[in-house]
Amino acid sequence: MAWQTTEMDTTTLSYLFVGLSFALYIGIAIWTRASSTNEFYVAGGGVHPIANGMATAADWMSAASFLSMAGIIAFMGYDGTVYLMGWTGGYVLLALLLAPYLRKFGEFTVPDFFGSRYYGKSARAVAVVCLILISFTYVAGQMRGVGIVFSNFLGVDISTGVIVGMAVVFVYAVLGGMKGITYTQVAQYVVMIFAYLVPAVFISILITDNPIPQLGLGDTVNDGSGESVLDKLDNTLVGLGFDAYTEGTKDTIDIFAITMALMIGTAGLPHVIVRFFTVPKVSDARSSAGWALLFIALLYTTAPAVGAFSRLNFINTVHDQPYVYIDDWFKRWEDVGLIAWVDKNADGAVQYAPGIPFAGKPEFTGQLTEEGSRAVTNPPSDTRNEVYVDRDIMVLANPEIAALPGWVVALVAAGALAAALSTAAGLLLVISTSISHDLLKKTLQWELTDKQELRYARLAAGTAIVVAGYLGINPPGFVAEVVAFAFGLAAASLFPAILMGIFDQRMNREGAITGMLAGLIFTLIYITWFKFIDPVSNTAEHWWFGISPEGIGTVGALLNFGAAYAVARFFPAPPDSVRQLVERIRIPSGVERPHDHP
Amino acid sequence: MNKSAYWRANLRLMAVLLSIWFVVSFGFGILLVEPLNTIRLGGFKLGFWIAQQGAIYLFVILIFVYAARMRRIDHQHGVADD
Repeated sequence: MAWQTTEMDTTTLSYLFVGLSFALYIGIAIWTRASSTNEFYVAGGGVHPIANGMATAADWMSAASFLSMAGIIAFMGYDGTVYLMGWTGGYVLLALLLAPYLRKFGEFTVPDFFGSRYYGKSARAVAVVCLILISFTYVAGQMRGVGIVFSNFLGVDISTGVIVGMAVVFVYAVLGGMKGITYTQVAQYVVMIFAYLVPAVFISILITDNPIPQLGLGDTVNDGSGESVLDKLDNTLVGLGFDAYTEGTKDTIDIFAITMALMIGTAGLPHVIVRFFTVPKVSDARSSAGWALLFIALLYTTAPAVGAFSRLNFINTVHDQPYVYIDDWFKRWEDVGLIAWVDKNADGAVQYAPGIPFAGKPEFTGQLTEEGSRAVTNPPSDTRNEVYVDRDIMVLANPEIAALPGWVVALVAAGALAAALSTAAGLLLVISTSISHDLLKKTLQWELTDKQELRYARLAAGTAIVVAGYLGINPPGFVAEVVAFAFGLAAASLFPAILMGIFDQRMNREGAITGMLAGLIFTLIYITWFKFIDPVSNTAEHWWFGISPEGIGTVGALLNFGAAYAVARFFPAPPDSVRQLVERIRIPSGVERPHDHP
Repeated sequence: MNKSAYWRANLRLMAVLLSIWFVVSFGFGILLVEPLNTIRLGGFKLGFWIAQQGAIYLFVILIFVYAARMRRIDHQHGVADD
């Protein structure tokens, strides 16, 4: 096969880029070893706000942001807005409502805040449960992402890929703790954003002659038609029978609820919040959130351009093309089962149209058709569409679809791994911290010296990596579904409780705990019902108020607030020490670095 | 140092910025996207541009404005941390 020579080169380059980036991460880890719990938990509280902004951006942008988001937007069009605004707007809430106060609070972990503000072990315990539930669901997806990148680019199987990824995270998370993770994430951000922008710029130039993708999206297509990219996409899609790209198909209320749930979920995610514990001052926490979002926005404003370009490119290279002349990338992704073709009208050409080509994922017979495509056993549906395409391949396949050089493809591999590893490390850290610090030391009240606590933190990080790796190799069938869980739970449980803790001095532990449990349980049941128990009825007419499981965290959060205020009235106000604590965190001056020996 | 005056100034600034945050993202980007789409911004429909580009730029600006204004308010009330 002709493509094999170029593919060999690309694989070698991928090994080179991935190897170099891994060597860099491990080098940084050795250079930034943590020697106390203070350094392990919050990097000694001395990270520069811009460095912390970069680290937060890498921490935040996961394999899903890097690999899947542009592809999802490519196929959702306007509806993809829920992710673009939902995963950025939360930083405004974080910067204005939470980060400065939590930095002033000046302890190590998110459950620390619950323990002090809601005076007691029960609030801390509820927070630990939420945190572990949220973080583990999230981290499994990251390890899976690592495996997928390894298998697609380096030709090793998913399990080996996950194990290599685990080993690398193990070195720098266990050695360096938050300090090692922070500086590795800075490097990972640079790798990731470079890897994302380079192909985006190339493709933008190819389609519009404009090197800036954000502007290229609104520019004229250079095929002589004189139409802008979005107009051409709208016209092409409508011509093929799809809805217009720039108009959504979801109900407005659902778009609203999903966007809100993702925003407040973002602001409530422990691994994001804890990053703001690492800067020296309250004013740094505010500006650092701005830097973080600026670095995130660089990728998030590029993603919709990549999405639109790739959809246009995909249609142009695939639709009405005779299969025998189709580009090699199509066949390569067919080989891994993420693309499939059924020639319904037996004309030997590929027709792309709305609807599914057949039910479910492709089941290959092992035989080739006359044209040389992989035959599937799935009975064809009655739509005209002949192509099955997995949305996740758009970012990975994009450089190939646009026929970019092999080193760009290799760069994307290194970038995707940086995205997955940086998020995994951040999550593993909050998991290990909540076990050694919140569970062992503060809840079970083990007598631990700083050295012992540090050892337990490392042990917990190591264990968490192994569990996450296991989940990455043997993913529970619902990995893709659990993202809704993570955000819904964070939105419905942690965010409202922290917010009330800062802004309402009268809120007591009875109210806060009731609110958290109400939001948590309601959201859990709603998502579980529609995703797992009765997935057939997961349609708009069965949803409450027309809100999908992805958006139900918004309702859960409202329920949390409502329940908390209703219950708080019947119980005594918090003790004076708590009132003083709230007074103290509202004033920026007098910030303390987290003590080495709390 | 007057703690409650400081806190009120903070809340006022927050209320203004969060209103802008809400009106632009949820108002213009979601609820009013269709009428705004009748207005063109170069090759973009305005509503679509706000939803997929403009709102994100605005979020960044809002945070930096908050950080800068709060620094001033901190100093005015003698509670700055630097």
